[in-house]
This record gives sequence, C-alpha cells and structure tokens, in this order.
Amino acid sequence: MAKELMKGNEALAEAAIRAGCRFYSGYPITPQTEILEYLSWRMDEVGGTFVQTESELAGVNMLLGAAAAGARALTSSAGPGFSLKQEGISYLVAADLPAVIIDVMRIGTGLGDIAQGQGDYWQLTRGGGHGDYHTIVLAPASVQENCDMMQVAFQLAEKYRHPVLVASDAAIGQMMEGVELPPMTEHDIDSYDWAVRGCLPGDSPRKIQNTYYTRPDYVEYLREKYASMEANEQRWESYMTEDADVVLVAYGISSRISREAVDMARAQGLKLGLIRPITLWPFPVKAFDACPKAKAFMTVEINILGQMVDDVKLAVSSRCPVGFHGSFFSLPEPEEIIEQAKSLMEKEGI
Amino acid sequence: MSKIKLNISRCKGCGYCVAECPRKALSFSGHISDKGYDTVQVDESLCIACGSCYRVCPDSVFEILE
Amino acid sequence: MKLKAPESVFSSASFCPGCGHGLASRLIGEVAEELGIQHSLVTVVDVACCSFNIDYWKFDTIMAAHGRDIPTAVGVKHVRPGSSVLAYMGDGAAYSIGMAETIHAALRNDNICVIVINNSVFGMTGGQMAPTTLPGEKTATSPKGKDPTRYGTLSGVELLKHMDIAYLARGELVGSAGMIKAKKLIKSAFQHQLKGDGFSLVELLSPCPTNLNLPPVKARDFVHNEMTKYFPTGVFIDKGGVE
Repeated sequence: MAKELMKGNEALAEAAIRAGCRFYSGYPITPQTEILEYLSWRMDEVGGTFVQTESELAGVNMLLGAAAAGARALTSSAGPGFSLKQEGISYLVAADLPAVIIDVMRIGTGLGDIAQGQGDYWQLTRGGGHGDYHTIVLAPASVQENCDMMQVAFQLAEKYRHPVLVASDAAIGQMMEGVELPPMTEHDIDSYDWAVRGCLPGDSPRKIQNTYYTRPDYVEYLREKYASMEANEQRWESYMTEDADVVLVAYGISSRISREAVDMARAQGLKLGLIRPITLWPFPVKAFDACPKAKAFMTVEINILGQMVDDVKLAVSSRCPVGFHGSFFSLPEPEEIIEQAKSLMEKEGI
Repeated sequence: MSKIKLNISRCKGCGYCVAECPRKALSFSGHISDKGYDTVQVDESLCIACGSCYRVCPDSVFEILE
Repeated sequence: MKLKAPESVFSSASFCPGCGHGLASRLIGEVAEELGIQHSLVTVVDVACCSFNIDYWKFDTIMAAHGRDIPTAVGVKHVRPGSSVLAYMGDGAAYSIGMAETIHAALRNDNICVIVINNSVFGMTGGQMAPTTLPGEKTATSPKGKDPTRYGTLSGVELLKHMDIAYLARGELVGSAGMIKAKKLIKSAFQHQLKGDGFSLVELLSPCPTNLNLPPVKARDFVHNEMTKYFPTGVFIDKGGVE
C-alpha cells in the first residue's frame, strides 16, 4: 500500500476512524488541537458524531455516555486539559467502560508551555484521578505507531472494559512522516450486552454504575483485572541490550534520540543499549530480564524530575544504579545522552 | 368491593395523604411499622376514590381500584 | 379512575419520608408508560440522592459524575438517537457545579430531557447552602441564614428563558393539583424529544424535609408558599406548542 505523508495528530485521528471510532467529544488545547480539527469534518464523512464541548469535563463525560451506549468513543487533550479529563477517567474505570483518551504531552506544570515534553508520565501511569486504579497506557514513538496503536487501544479497552490512554507528545503530534494507514473497520454498537439501549420486557435493566459498595465482589474482580493486564499486556522494544553495559530507558520521542545515541556510542566503543517501553503501564518489567551485562540503567526523558526512574528501579530491584538524563524546553541531544551515560559509569565505577 | 388498597409496608408516615384527603378518610394509625414509622390507615366508608392520596404519596403506598 | 404505581418503578425505599424524589420518579415512570417509551428510555442520574433511582427504575440507567449528567446523556443520545434520554439531577448539579454543562447543552439545543429537582439545598451532603437557597434561609453552611449581600439566589429557569430550546417549565411536587400539573410538564418535555425539537428542561420544586429541618407537611408548605416566590411555576418555552 502506498504511504501517505501525515501529521502525527491527524494520523491518530484518522486511525481512530479506521478503528471504528464514531464518537469524539473534546475541547481545544495545544498541541493536540489538530485531532479536533480533523475529526470535525472527518466524522461527518463517516456518519459519526463530533462534538466540540464547553470544557474537558464535558468532553470526557460525554465520552462516558457514548461509551456506555456502546460506541467506540475517543477524546483527547494535553497537559493541563488532561488533568481535567481525570475526573471522567476515574468514573470510566469505576463503571467498567471502554474508551480511549489521548494525551499529547507538553512540558511542565505551567500554563502556556506548549513545547514538547513528557511531563505527564506520573498522571498517566499512577491513576491520575481519584481512587486507586491503573489504566493501560500506550506510548507511540512515530506517526506510523500513532496509526497502529489506535486499533490496539480500542481492542484492549474492550477486552478489559477499561479506559486506555495514549501518551503521545508535541513532537510526535506535530511532525509529519510517511504512514501506511490501517484498513477501515466498522463497530456494531450492539456488540456488547452491557451497553444501554432501553430495557425490553422481561430483561433486567442495565446499570452503568460507578459505585463500588453495591458490588462486594469488586475488590477481587479489579485485582484480577489489573493482574491480568500486568501479566499479558507488557509491550516494549529492546535494542542492543544483550551486551550493553549501560541500558537507556526511553519512550516516545526520547526513545528515537536515545536509539541514535546508542548507535553513536557504539561507534565510539561504548556499549549502550535501549529499552523502549511501549506500554508505560503495565511497565515492561520483563524487558529488564534480557540485559544480562547491564551495570547501570539510565532513563532519558523530557522533564525535570525523571518521572520514570522509580519504575526502572522497581524493575531492576536495586541490583544496579539507575541514572537520569532530563531535558527541558528542548529535545535531548545524543551527545548529551552519551556524556551523561559516561559520567554515570564514572560515578558508579563501571 | 374495596375502592382502595394500601401497601402499608412502604409507608413512611410523611402525612402528605392525610393532609391532602378531601374527606378526611386517612389518618395516622398509631401503629409503628418495622421501619419505625407511624403508618396511615383508611376509613373506607369515607373514601371517594378520588386518587389524591395516590398522587401525593412519594412511596406508592396507594392503589385506587375503581 | 383506577390508579396504580407504574410497572417501571420498583420502589422508593431509600428516600427519606416526604422526599420529593419518590414523587418525581413515579411521575417519570407514569409518563414513560403513557408515551410507550419505557422500553427504549435511557436515564442518566446524578450522584447522591438522585442516584437511588438507579435501583428503583426498570430503565437502562447510567450513574453520572456530579453535575455531568447532561453531557453524559448527550453522549447516549448521539449514539442511540432512537432512545428517549433523560438526565435527572438536583439543583446543585444543574445550576452550581454543572452550570456550564446545562447552559451549553441548551445552546446546542441537544435533543434530551432534563429534570431538575430543586429543593433549595445540597441534600445528600447534609443540607448545605446552594445557589437556589432563598435569602435568609438557614442551612448547614449558612447557619445565620443566607446573606443576600454575599450570595445571590439563582433561578436557572430565568437564565434559560431567552435561549432557543424546545421546552422550559417549572412545576411543584406539592398537592394533588401540583402533581397533576408536574406530570403534564414532564410529558410535554418527552413529547418534544420524540418530535426531535431539542433541549427540554423541567424544574420541579421539591420538599426535602430532612434538610429543611421540617416535618414533611411543613416542608411541602415551604415549597408552595416560600420557594414559589423566587421560583414561579409555569411553562416558559413550548416551541411549536405541544401543550
């Protein structure tokens, strides 16, 4: 199939349509607004619904209604707007509803900082809303992966009856690359019996409920659900980890630069490798088994605090040191990554 | 034949029906239900089956049979 | 005239004695059956007292986040246009935390019915002051009475009066006459939705004896004698004239 040149955000939107998504409700915020703009006309073409809502809160709760009615439903936001989506994400989890929510991440806690960033790792992976929960988080690293992951996101959401988050970022959202688009699929809103539609005589009414106290089996049900996700849904890509002395850990746009750093370092005789988490939750702890020579790990992220460091420490069970290379308001440079890796090795006596 | 049927286990003794009944056919019985409410009673000889009690009852205690 | 509680309503066991929710739920069941929409109706209920209806109605029902019933209902209606959709909430949901949602659904003229139970307080949390609390009314957060120089009293219906929507009305869940009228308002709202006219909102003034600290009959009298001074009943918009 011929490739098309597409912007990352538009690829996410088109891929959602091709995954059978026929409902979108959302609110403008940079750097994800192209998703809204694209779907404002594309949903019309496919007979779907596009609603520009009065706020992120309305957007995510309208999505909840559409999901409860059986549609493949999507909303998207970025940084500060994604914080507002968390209200609805908690309730989607509580009500066992599948839906996909995209966060095109930006930098920092401030307003107006629209540069590419990976500032939302914690709010994406820690159950950023109220209550105790997790959601599967997919992290594409290219425009092509934006296309491929939307299909996967909806499949996983329905498999577990659980919201799935897609963690993109401003760089991938705004860049243009050649993509092969997936084929068009349709979704039947009556696919699942739990979807509300009206209660026929003799049937039990469907209750989409977000309270737990009425369901004594809920604790076990949820623990099993999360355990099953952790066991079955870890996704990652390993690059030259078999003989690496230091393994970089990076996702999204940072992973592409880190891969370049691995190649450059190897040309200098420095054995770096790379683990690229594709699911940020469940975190791909299994990937760390395939780094037999690793003496240290180092995350490469676009944020101040190294939000992924704790997950890597847990994955390696403190058997090696875990360093961090962070950049802020700029993409990490391969040379800087290599320098940081060298100083980590020096510090740890590797 | 009865004009009115009371599902008294539903009664919470709010008294809306007693206040509303145009013929004073309804009154508090003094009988305290399992839930702790002073429930209502009907004097069928006064009842004209107008349906006022059915309409104002928040707990669907009443059924008008004719 | 035979009168029997509608099949679509199980019971109202958890509401306090004299609570208006039981009255409103029954009327909604009666209207659904009279219009023959009881098997296609999808209801969306707010949290707190409103949410008890999830167990009392034999309708497919969604429990929504506080104040987000309207967007949730709009989401359902887009996906299931053949279903009648109701958003059922209190005055705090409709006119406080969910004010933006209420106004913007009206602005889009979304084809759903909204029923607002206005009892002048936040009920489930213990009777705190609401935007609908009357001037001078004592509540858990206005123990000396609501100070009108600091907090106004909001009529959501007044705000919606000049919007291009299908139907707007206010009734009171008080007395036989009030109930007959309230039922007519609810029925008109659903008839507009069935015709595809757009957004309908019916506010129902409702007694909350527990939080008004009044015996039920006195709470009912407060609704009829005091609340209606600030919240007059009537039909304010009836596009194309269903009534």
